[in-house]
Amino acid sequence: MKAFRRLRRNFEHGVHPAHHKQQTENLPIQRVPFGKDYVMPLGQHIGVPARAIVTAGERVRRGQMIAEPGGFVSTSLHSPVTGTVKEIGNFRGVDGRFAPAIAIEADPFATQQVDAGAAVDWQALSTEKFIEAVQMAGIVGMGGAAFPAHVKLSVPDGVRIRSLLINGAECEPYLTTDHRLMLERPEALLEGAEIMRQKLGAEESVIGIEANKPDAIAIVQKHIQPGTPVRVVPLKVKYPQGAEKMMIKSVFDVEVPAGQLPRDVEVNVNNVGTIVAIADYFLRGIPLIERVVTVAGPGVTYPANLIVPLGTPVRDVVKFCGGLKPGTREIIMGGPMMGRPIASLDVPILKGCSGVLVFTEEQTARRKEYPCISCGRCLEACPYFLNPSRLARLSKSRMFDEMKAYNVFDCVECGCCTFSCPSNIPIVQLIRTAKDDLTHRKEPDA
Amino acid sequence: MNNLLLAPAIMVGIGLFFGAVLAIAQRFLKVDEDPRIEATNELLPGTNCGACGQPGCLPFAEKLVSGEVDPGQCTVSTDENIEQIAEYLQVDAGRAEKLVARLRCGGGGLQAHQIAEYRGFEGCRAAAVVSGGGKGCAWGCLGLADCERACTFDAIHMNANGLPQVDTEKCRACPDCVAACPKDLFELVPLNQNLYVQCNIPLAGEAATQLCAVACDACGKCAADAAPGLITMEGNLPVIDYSSGGEPRPDAVFRCATRSIVWLEREQFQNQESRKAGGV
Repeated sequence: MKAFRRLRRNFEHGVHPAHHKQQTENLPIQRVPFGKDYVMPLGQHIGVPARAIVTAGERVRRGQMIAEPGGFVSTSLHSPVTGTVKEIGNFRGVDGRFAPAIAIEADPFATQQVDAGAAVDWQALSTEKFIEAVQMAGIVGMGGAAFPAHVKLSVPDGVRIRSLLINGAECEPYLTTDHRLMLERPEALLEGAEIMRQKLGAEESVIGIEANKPDAIAIVQKHIQPGTPVRVVPLKVKYPQGAEKMMIKSVFDVEVPAGQLPRDVEVNVNNVGTIVAIADYFLRGIPLIERVVTVAGPGVTYPANLIVPLGTPVRDVVKFCGGLKPGTREIIMGGPMMGRPIASLDVPILKGCSGVLVFTEEQTARRKEYPCISCGRCLEACPYFLNPSRLARLSKSRMFDEMKAYNVFDCVECGCCTFSCPSNIPIVQLIRTAKDDLTHRKEPDA
Repeated sequence: MNNLLLAPAIMVGIGLFFGAVLAIAQRFLKVDEDPRIEATNELLPGTNCGACGQPGCLPFAEKLVSGEVDPGQCTVSTDENIEQIAEYLQVDAGRAEKLVARLRCGGGGLQAHQIAEYRGFEGCRAAAVVSGGGKGCAWGCLGLADCERACTFDAIHMNANGLPQVDTEKCRACPDCVAACPKDLFELVPLNQNLYVQCNIPLAGEAATQLCAVACDACGKCAADAAPGLITMEGNLPVIDYSSGGEPRPDAVFRCATRSIVWLEREQFQNQESRKAGGV
């Protein structure tokens, strides 16, 4: 029975959005030319913001460290271009708030050669030194959450990691960054996987790829060196297959209990982009200064997969792709299910930004909302087995504190509930609002 | 016949037995409750709003009777009610000065620059978590009426300019709007403090004024014109210190080029309304 279940490579619940990947899945990754202004927010990862170690007017080289970690759950930043630090001040971020950032003006006459260090002899490093090196390289989870990678690597004593799971599901519609990375840099992916696996002390590496990317599965499989404990696992096409807990369920048929982490079931999950960044740093000495971004959607003239230096304003990226078509209404950073719309084209591309999606009126028009008919489709869609309709109703009546009893903080805001609602109720938006109220509410002084 | 009588007899018997138990319990297990608590509770408004800092009206009444709090700490009761309670309990009313909710933002649709259009789910907090809403100013009022929905006393209504208009008559200074605002713009201020800074932008100069026509550009003229020590500039915003002893006068607002510091007689945003009525 268990063997039969494992054949399904599936998790419970979830939804099937149209994947819309045909727009960019066959376009090779190209490099965006260097622009003029770059803004590197100090808090572009989850955790404590980084601390700037350069001053205004200072000349920086591409790849030079410009900010050091502000704590353990924090990571460093490196200059994406050769140029001059213009200012360290507050700049508008993706969330609309102004936050401290380092503004760099690129030198138009510089060669923009990466200030790469020597390759690191990773095999000689102790685990602590390795973790520190990952932190100093500024590597974060590239799937979207931007959680510092070294924190995931620091496993407490007594916990063993059996498997390294590499997430190549890319279940969000439109996005093709991980897909293209696997197609174009399978060697780097497998090199990075081997480094991570050995340093974690894991027995095997598993690369999970959704079955709608047969070319990626074939190429990665072809590049596996005989004798290395790596296997590729095709997964059922379903959203959110790339959520780490869902993927563990699909691959190992183990559920990660609520409130626990993958390491509690002896697994470490990392995105394809993160693994490639690890390989780039340890084998080529290049810290995290750029990332692959999919620019797609019906509103963009020339969709593309691009290598974008971090800190590039979205404006420059969209300009490179031929600009916006008339009738563009919304630009989303990240995937269409979990990404956030941006209010200004001046916000920079961050470490966790996997896509810039441009939508027109047709996709963004809000459909008329009807009352909840208690059909239960959101319950069947929720991969975390919550009761979204109840949570939405409580949020509508502003009963935020009561929502804690319904485990509102287990919600990862994947959006399956809103996607499945036949009454067009903005369920995940209501839940997100309540979570924000519960975490950021100003308690009046008694 | 026998059966017919037996059933009611048993019922009466059981009734008498439990009646006796209750009578004995009433006699020996009685808890003496101060009758004044009930009477005081009757005089309180019964909204259980929590503005006094107690969980509700009955706990507040208990504390009143034990003398731990003053009747005046109930901001919701009318003055007559407070007098009545004070008279009944033979204590000092201790009426605190009337507080009202004031918004630290004057940038409505006419003044603040819009950089995007927010068309998502209605609500300030919903907009605030999605790229901070459509206003260029990241600190200002979003105008989507979370405070209007949160207000227990129907004292807040959004005006035509997209700003919450607080009815100072109805406002009971409960902290509902303070908690509801995702930008933390509401604060409870004594009604007789006329000088008020209606801006929350931590930027200075053009950086502030290009976001909003009524933004404080931190020029510091109000601080220079007011009584010494009354207004200080902190973090590019004027801070009014009423305890400094300096007399607050309207002079301080005369030279404010952006009208971000105002002299309030009662309600906020009165001049905006009249300007609109005048066709401007």
